[in-house]
Amino acid sequence: MTAPTVPNDGLISADLPVLTRKDFVTDQEVRWCPGCGDYSILAQMQKMLPELGIARENIVFISGIGCSSRFPYYVNTYGFHSIHGRAPTIATGLKTARPELTVFVITGDGDGLSIGGNHLLHAMRRNVDLNIILFNNRIYGLTKGQYSPTSEFGKITKSSPYGTTERPLNPIRIALAAGATFVARSVDRDTKHLEEMLYRAAKHRGVSFVEVYQNCNIFNDGAFAAFAEKEVRAERMVYLEHGKPLRFGKNNEHGIRLNGFTPEVVENAESDEGLLVHDAHAENITLANILVGMDYPEFPVPVGVFRDVDAPTFDQLVQQQVDEAIAKGRGSLEEVLRSGETWVVE
Amino acid sequence: MTTETQLKSEHSVEELERVTIRFAGDSGDGMQLTGTQFTRTAAVFGNDLATLPDFPAEIRAPAGSLPGVSGFQISFASTEIYTPGDRPDVLVAMNPAALKTNLGDLKPGGLLIVDKDEFEPTNLKKAAYDTNPLEDGSLAGYQVVPISITRQNELALEGLPLSAKDKFRCRNFYALGLILWLYGRTLDTTIKWATEQFKRRPDILEANLRALRAGYNFGETTELFRVQYRVPPAKVPPGTYRHISGNEATALGFVAASVLSGLPLFYGSYPITPASDILHELSKLKNFGIKTFQAEDEIAAIGAAIGAAYGGHLGLTGTSGPGLALKSEALNLAVMTELPIVVIDVQRAGPSTGMPTKTEQADLLQAMFGRNGDSYVAIVAPCTPSDCFIMAIEAFRIALKHMVPVVFLSDGYLGNGSEPWRIPDISELPRIEWKYADPQEGKFNPYLRDPKTLARPWAVPGQKGLEHRIGGLEKSGETGDISYDPRNHHEMTLARKAKVDRIVDDIPPLEVIGPEEGDLLVLGWGGTYGSITSACENARKRGLSVASAHLRYLNPFPANLGDVLKRYRKVLIPELNTGQLALLIRGRFLVDAIGFNKISGQPFKIAEIEGKIDEVLGLRDEYVLEFTRSAGVSGG
Repeated sequence: MTAPTVPNDGLISADLPVLTRKDFVTDQEVRWCPGCGDYSILAQMQKMLPELGIARENIVFISGIGCSSRFPYYVNTYGFHSIHGRAPTIATGLKTARPELTVFVITGDGDGLSIGGNHLLHAMRRNVDLNIILFNNRIYGLTKGQYSPTSEFGKITKSSPYGTTERPLNPIRIALAAGATFVARSVDRDTKHLEEMLYRAAKHRGVSFVEVYQNCNIFNDGAFAAFAEKEVRAERMVYLEHGKPLRFGKNNEHGIRLNGFTPEVVENAESDEGLLVHDAHAENITLANILVGMDYPEFPVPVGVFRDVDAPTFDQLVQQQVDEAIAKGRGSLEEVLRSGETWVVE
Repeated sequence: MTTETQLKSEHSVEELERVTIRFAGDSGDGMQLTGTQFTRTAAVFGNDLATLPDFPAEIRAPAGSLPGVSGFQISFASTEIYTPGDRPDVLVAMNPAALKTNLGDLKPGGLLIVDKDEFEPTNLKKAAYDTNPLEDGSLAGYQVVPISITRQNELALEGLPLSAKDKFRCRNFYALGLILWLYGRTLDTTIKWATEQFKRRPDILEANLRALRAGYNFGETTELFRVQYRVPPAKVPPGTYRHISGNEATALGFVAASVLSGLPLFYGSYPITPASDILHELSKLKNFGIKTFQAEDEIAAIGAAIGAAYGGHLGLTGTSGPGLALKSEALNLAVMTELPIVVIDVQRAGPSTGMPTKTEQADLLQAMFGRNGDSYVAIVAPCTPSDCFIMAIEAFRIALKHMVPVVFLSDGYLGNGSEPWRIPDISELPRIEWKYADPQEGKFNPYLRDPKTLARPWAVPGQKGLEHRIGGLEKSGETGDISYDPRNHHEMTLARKAKVDRIVDDIPPLEVIGPEEGDLLVLGWGGTYGSITSACENARKRGLSVASAHLRYLNPFPANLGDVLKRYRKVLIPELNTGQLALLIRGRFLVDAIGFNKISGQPFKIAEIEGKIDEVLGLRDEYVLEFTRSAGVSGG
């Protein structure tokens, strides 16, 4: 008897369906608090998915625990609501076993960066072809309002009545340090931009990490309002675009330039000359690291794609080793049982 | 060559039924290799045998020190045997430290072969000997044969272009040659192995073969040994045999499960003693379509296995006790999502880090109950190294048919121990039944159970029309939607339990060795099979009414277990823990089972179980375990 061939080949439908947003809506009542930023992320995802041209049955959403992790129940694909922090592990196993599937990981700042920090790190360093969407609301919502690893230093919450004594993590910096090949940031309220980031993440081959600033209107309302509200967005956020100078302002009148390794705002920069030009495809992460250090109010907050580079994916490399081994001769059970020294008793 | 002339020598030949030898030396002395080579020779000769290696916990303890001693015990016989032997008949000690740590196990009057060149002041001091035991009379109770192994090996290798250190490293082959002579064995198997092993290093090959032959010839010409021993071949069933360790058999069993089911195997694991060998074995076998994943931690390893099982492949993870503790939350996710994963636990000694290189069977209750909520998994436990092969297949047969996680409880003794194995015909192996969910119109109900097994359908991504959501939250029966309904949770909990209970219809009954009814049943599970079976055989030879039975299915128990227990006046349960199976048996069957518990990191000796049997039958006073100070292997 020989080793099995992968039986799933026949399961994947070849015909590309024409789907609409409605095809990705389930019969489940959405149970986030009214006004939650998660609604917008769900809506942009459901709008974006038909554009991928991938059949519903070949898409899987895997989440951990937390408000964001309810997400799979509301998307009409395969879905797995797992345990706290572990979604990247299940997704890695699934994608490695079945590289032909499109796999999303939905996580939050607590799920992904606190209890599941290790898994997130390793999924990114391995470059597993997953689309990881981290909803960052800088608070624990499901457990009703404790500080999270991204909460600002000194923040007063239920578990830090005198203010936190912990310094926050920057999720983008973690992703860059772990070697993620696609790293982006968007905001729940900037629906068009968010949809574009989700689309580009899904299209990227390799691990994609998207941080979405998401408002928790119950426990941390307005966390991003100072720069993400529609009226101030142009002045207080800068949209990163590969190959273009960093410009912001109502009329794109301001710019960013580098002084050594330090960014500086150039008000009313008339010419692009001397302005920092974004390079998302750079292998070196120095520039991306400088950008991620820019924060409101000293700087406009950068959103968009920080990094987008090509590298072989983990699932692909594993499959390749298996394929190469099989090409040299598919394993035979009879033979492997008889490997090594044998003797015959008459 | 001397190999053909051994019986023409002038030594008399004495026939023995069974011999147990322990090779002991510094971890740099190559004792594992010496033992393995002797084992191969005995196996090819046709003896039944069992072996147990004993490694120091430190990778490289200081040379000559007590913690640096490495041992390998082999028992070989002309009859069927089940264990590597209680106490060695022969101890080969390559230095003072090896003597000190192993002497306590040697049988009184046993043969003690030592390399006397190594008994010099520095080594004696490292082994904490104040006086030289070869000279102070402390070894009077043994047949001591001091041999100048180091020096003679040097002489044999004189003129070879090797460093003194490389030459010193051939001493183990000198000792091997000598022992092969002593038991009338040929050098053929070792020569064949060495020729293949050192084909790129002819200088090393030459040195090893010279050392081997020198040792052999020394036995032939010296007058230190008056007799040569002969252990005739055992009568074993015909077939093709190989040598196999428990961990190898485990890996091959899971390969077989993949081939038999036609489903690719995914193995997620984090390195841990003594389970890592399974990862090493499986990672070589990519031409079987096997994907191995060295995870960032134990949790990721099981998470990935769950992901693979969700994707319709064989999801397997493996670890030892501390790792099982880390996996427990994720194992519960597999319980809740009713996915067919298998978790290997190669048990080791103690709580926390405990004694990683020592054996114990103390994770039974962890496997059974070590999770939050009312959580049921199936549990299987192999009873010999080669039984790991069959039970691995069984684990996935049960997991796939019943859509349930299965824990496979091996242990360090089984995993590292080895025995000859009659290679089975593929046609003899169990069938593995499974199916993905049937395609259907309309809403798919992922928790609509099979009326017979209560298994839920296995719908895998890629199957059109079966898109569904599962997770760790309680589900509504049939639809799988999240539910907090009181009656639903009650019923779902009972359904998950009943699903595991119903596996009972799908496993073989418990077999009894010995009388169908009588004075005493000795009930065991896992790696204690060899010592229990041997002890009970010995008791019956002494005319006692003692039967033994060994549980390989621990949840659910075989259907006839309750009946079997009732047929004996007393039930004795020897375990390498404080009484975990006994607790389950007493709780389930209200049987006043007597525990016999040893928690020393070492397997049971046959004599220990016999001693306890005698106590329970009123033939002696209380039997008290004795612990030798040996750091070496204790057979059993």
